[in-house]
Amino acid sequence: MARKESVSTGNAPAKKKSILQVLWRYRVLELMCLPAVVFFFLFSYMPMPGIYVAFVKYNYRNGIFGSKFVGLQNFEFLAESGKLFSLTRNTVLYNLAFIALGNLLAVFVAILLNEIRSKWFKKVSQTLMFLPYFISQVLVGLLVYSLLNYDTGFVNEILTGMGKAKWQPYSDPSVWPVLLVLIHLWQQTGYNSVVYFAAICGIDAEIIEAAKVDGANAFQRIRYIILPSLRSTIVILLLFALGGIVRGNFGLFWNIIGSNSMLYDTTDIIETFVYRATMSDFNFSTASAVGFYQSVVGFVIVMIANYIIKKIEPDYSLF
Amino acid sequence: MAKAKDMDFEVGNSKIRLGVSDYIVRGIGYFFITFYAVACVFPFLIIIGTSFTSESYIRTHGVQLFPGDFSVKAYEMVIGSGNIWKSYALTIGMTLIGTVCGLLIIAMTGYALQRKDFPLRNGISFYIYFTSLFSAGLAPYYLLMTQTYKLLDSYFAVLLPLMMSPWLIILMKNFIKQIPHEITESGKIDGAGDMTVFVYLILPMIKPALATIGLFLALGYWNEWYQSSLFLTARVTVKPLQYTLYEIVNKLDALRNSVAGQYITLTDIPEQSVKMANAVLATGPIVLLYPFVQKYFIGGITVGAVKG
Repeated sequence: MARKESVSTGNAPAKKKSILQVLWRYRVLELMCLPAVVFFFLFSYMPMPGIYVAFVKYNYRNGIFGSKFVGLQNFEFLAESGKLFSLTRNTVLYNLAFIALGNLLAVFVAILLNEIRSKWFKKVSQTLMFLPYFISQVLVGLLVYSLLNYDTGFVNEILTGMGKAKWQPYSDPSVWPVLLVLIHLWQQTGYNSVVYFAAICGIDAEIIEAAKVDGANAFQRIRYIILPSLRSTIVILLLFALGGIVRGNFGLFWNIIGSNSMLYDTTDIIETFVYRATMSDFNFSTASAVGFYQSVVGFVIVMIANYIIKKIEPDYSLF
Repeated sequence: MAKAKDMDFEVGNSKIRLGVSDYIVRGIGYFFITFYAVACVFPFLIIIGTSFTSESYIRTHGVQLFPGDFSVKAYEMVIGSGNIWKSYALTIGMTLIGTVCGLLIIAMTGYALQRKDFPLRNGISFYIYFTSLFSAGLAPYYLLMTQTYKLLDSYFAVLLPLMMSPWLIILMKNFIKQIPHEITESGKIDGAGDMTVFVYLILPMIKPALATIGLFLALGYWNEWYQSSLFLTARVTVKPLQYTLYEIVNKLDALRNSVAGQYITLTDIPEQSVKMANAVLATGPIVLLYPFVQKYFIGGITVGAVKG
């Protein structure tokens, strides 16, 4: 499918030369792209026909294309049981909280970092804030567990020490929306603030200086110079993030919640459901139905986000 | 006017006296950033502290920031079993091979796709980019990898899929775009082919880009547990470090294997401290390395934040 695409674009500058001549002329550049083209063909395009499994009642012995075609039955079942709705709700709400609070905190940290003069302090604190980003999600899961578990968790040791009753978050679904958002912020803010920090550093120092000479205090400088100059960065990053609103942070949820079904009401997102359906239940048809639904909705949303970006900031649009 | 040096606010070359608001903002800055930075490190200290605490003490006193009852038994058991070294060897090997191969392919592709005279560049760019817009999903991918490619229990199922991503190729393309096109042109006028230009003129100029993208790749390989969880079953005895940790955290028999060969029953295993010691050993190298490579990441984020 891609080859046709390529040939048609290659056609334009060729003018009188034949397509083959042009292709031959750029053979070295084509060869340089070949490994990547093969890679994406094998690992991204080859799985696509397999989406058909979402429309059959999958039977291991018959394979994807030998199994009985059932039309939209898998989708109907998911929609009627309310599963599709609750998964979408959880995924979207978590992402909205991650995006809104994540960017707010990142901007806040970047502005404060910019006000700090001590180079040493800036460097050390940035290094420490980056640390959570470098570790695997498996370790994040273990860190959270060692803080919160019932028997030996750090929080419960403190509560016991103060003579209070123990806290049992791993059997209480209502606390996880807050906890997961906090953990996500903990892991991502150091990384996210870098972009905003770079944007602030890019502000013309003379503007800030002039404002100071005119008697603007620190709050006014932040309110009237720094924040307005960050506006387009914020809008672009928000729109990019919104494009991925139906894609969940699988590693975070899986390593912290895992298969603790007591917490599913508030913590089950599309990715975790699809993973369990595939790896524990071997229910490939259901898994693929949810996955296909996610891909289609995600694709439409990216297109809308890109359309908006193109309207307001054409330089940043994806295509 | 200014009493102490630190009262001066340096902007450009001039020095302007600080007002009350500056002190307030700066005070909030120092306070909040300190608080946040400590919060970032704190859980790590608990992991390290607990890994050096005796199991009986953990059972009665919980996890420890500073070991209440110092013990290196967990490390002796984890290192003594020898399995951790095999995981290290596998992870380091995969990280090296994957990063070098991935880097080479990404650099070649990035170079070709930013050449304005290359007629296929829009077509191939779209072909690559489209995979990040629309994917088949996990189930078809899993079925293809295990049934068509027969990669179940194969290290290739972990090594290959992590080798590149559309985002890294776009990042590389953006980096190389900053090099003036005249470099390529001058090389070609001197009679060099595209490959020669790439190897001798372009590659030496994109060392920071190679460092940044290489680090993203290496981090991906080092922290890999996901593909392993999909494709490496119990039949594979040596697994990547993070997936080994994943299994030790989640499965009791994996915990026992991690200290195997020491003739102990399951109840004798210092469960908590062994988990923590494994975590320290699996994460240690990357954490020790990262202050030195941090600047390349920062460079990558700021270039990568803009589109391709």
